[in-house]
Amino acid sequence: MIQTTTAETLFGKALNWTIATAMETDPNVFIIGEDIGQFGGAFGITKGLVEKFGKPRVLDTPISEAGLVGVGVGAAMMGMRPIVEIQFSDFLVNAMDQIVNQAAKVHFMFGGNVNVPIVIRTPFGGGVGLAAQHSQSLEAWFYHVPGLKVVAPSTPDDARGLLFASIDDPNPVIFFEHKLLYSVKGPMHESIERIPLGKAVVRRPGKDATVVSYSFAMHKTLEAAEKLAASGIDLEVIDLRTLYPLDIGTVIASVERTGRLAVSHEAVVRGGIGGDIIAQVCGSKAFSKLKGPVLRIGAKESPVPYSPPLESYVLPSVEHIESELRAWLK
Amino acid sequence: MKTEVLLARFKMMLLMRRFDETVDRLYAAGKLYGTIHLYIGQEAIGAGICGELQHGDVIASTHRGHGHNVAMGSDPGAMMAELLGRVTGLCHGFGGSMHIADQKLGNLGANGIVGGGVPLATGAALSFKIRELPYVAVSFMGDGAPNEGCVHESLNIAAIWKLPIVFVIENNQYGMSAPVKDTYAIERLSERAVAYGMPGESIDGQDIFKVVEAARRAIDRARSGGGPTLLEMITYRYKGHSRNDPARYRPAGELDAWKARDPIEIVRARLLQDGASEARLAEITAEAEAAITAAVAFGEAGPFPDPKDVLPKVYA
Repeated sequence: MIQTTTAETLFGKALNWTIATAMETDPNVFIIGEDIGQFGGAFGITKGLVEKFGKPRVLDTPISEAGLVGVGVGAAMMGMRPIVEIQFSDFLVNAMDQIVNQAAKVHFMFGGNVNVPIVIRTPFGGGVGLAAQHSQSLEAWFYHVPGLKVVAPSTPDDARGLLFASIDDPNPVIFFEHKLLYSVKGPMHESIERIPLGKAVVRRPGKDATVVSYSFAMHKTLEAAEKLAASGIDLEVIDLRTLYPLDIGTVIASVERTGRLAVSHEAVVRGGIGGDIIAQVCGSKAFSKLKGPVLRIGAKESPVPYSPPLESYVLPSVEHIESELRAWLK
Repeated sequence: MKTEVLLARFKMMLLMRRFDETVDRLYAAGKLYGTIHLYIGQEAIGAGICGELQHGDVIASTHRGHGHNVAMGSDPGAMMAELLGRVTGLCHGFGGSMHIADQKLGNLGANGIVGGGVPLATGAALSFKIRELPYVAVSFMGDGAPNEGCVHESLNIAAIWKLPIVFVIENNQYGMSAPVKDTYAIERLSERAVAYGMPGESIDGQDIFKVVEAARRAIDRARSGGGPTLLEMITYRYKGHSRNDPARYRPAGELDAWKARDPIEIVRARLLQDGASEARLAEITAEAEAAITAAVAFGEAGPFPDPKDVLPKVYA
């Protein structure tokens, strides 16, 4: 197997490389979305694909999220492996029926007779001034629906390995890409090796508390943890990578060691994935190891506003995460 | 249509009608669960269109999917078992009436969401185009569906990419209780085809000969790379929308006027005119009735599924 480590690859480039490699390997893989052809996608992720693979496999669609997701589901039912790009995750809402009532249900309600191997890739999150309708973190909505898998990588190499695994998966996968990750650099193996869905990773081992995060919030959380380390607080940071299936085992094992649990995501705290992680840990054998109250860090319960000071107030910053953790551990 | 083919369609329509009449009785007797949407009165459409399809072609169906399922050749026993919630059913008891499907025979499935199957059929047509396969998809929908957004999106996508698909609106005059004239400002629903740049035709859906002619034109066009067609089939459902709908919103005499042009009787009259004997038609009728009686027996004999099989089926 080819296994070369490129020095530094952008998260966005890793996705592009992975899609191209998957399309080269499997004629059933195709990509469909708005402005993904010559324009290369709103965030440039599909640049060069139409030149390489031609129009029947790189399909620029009208602005029709319900239609294009549904078309992907139908093609997947016929055994193809569509990658659907939804330009902003906020527009998943336009396609909700096709995702929740069709993609997530088809395998089950037809008694297991047919699969829906579709990947819906979509940029999410705030921090770039796109305001309320282009900045949401709605991953908990999809996490809530049996039949869907939800992936949210934070590094270029994870983006590569998890996207390959998502394309292989016989189930519908919602693949969340935080907009601020596209320009994040990191090592990427030019390898077709898969990273299995449902395996978290410890990004920073520590002994004083477990902090669970994912996607871009993981980088902020890691930075906050490094700052706290300077004050002698040693945090273990877990990157979930896949939200469903959720690797609660890694979280529980960590909490058993540290005795404390915090969750840190960009999504609004209310009804978020963090609350579910806490509930699962409290329902496990790790409960008796907890030395104190748990903590949820996330966005304020507000839509994301436009003006920079307002946006910074609503979304959790490194400083905010650091101060919340510091106060919690005092 | 050759007499032998027409006899086969006649039998198919009888199977559809007897199946749904039997389902209706089983519900009334409290033997079935959930709800039902009967195809009675619309048989010429399913039989006329699905009968023109070839191996490899697919359909996506609607709430009212029993008839389409029969028309695609599904075993009525496995269908009845599905409605009875048995593991021997087509979807092993996981789907029921509203999700009846038989993917092996090219039926992508009935759909509980109005218009929800239209993008799926469009996606199947796209897969034929990408794979350069000579197949056609048929997207059935009721008259409620074209007012859903995803249907508009799918028609547009199919038209711009010239996908091999036929969109069929079965206009049975009511979307649940809403009369078509209250939900459309246009006279004929096929007029909407103009907006997508595809041919549109409104057809007498009671008359299988007219249905078949239109279906052939549309299927040939799709198969030869000409792109989609929108067909409105004008028909009538004899029963209410679903199980608990006595259809009191219908004006007196309306049902009888439609029954005077019953789709099965139209075929029977033609067969007799073409020289088929009453005895032969009686024989076919008896065969259809026996098949449905056997279907009920097969359905009722099947065991219920085991709840331990639920969670393993959530993910593939």
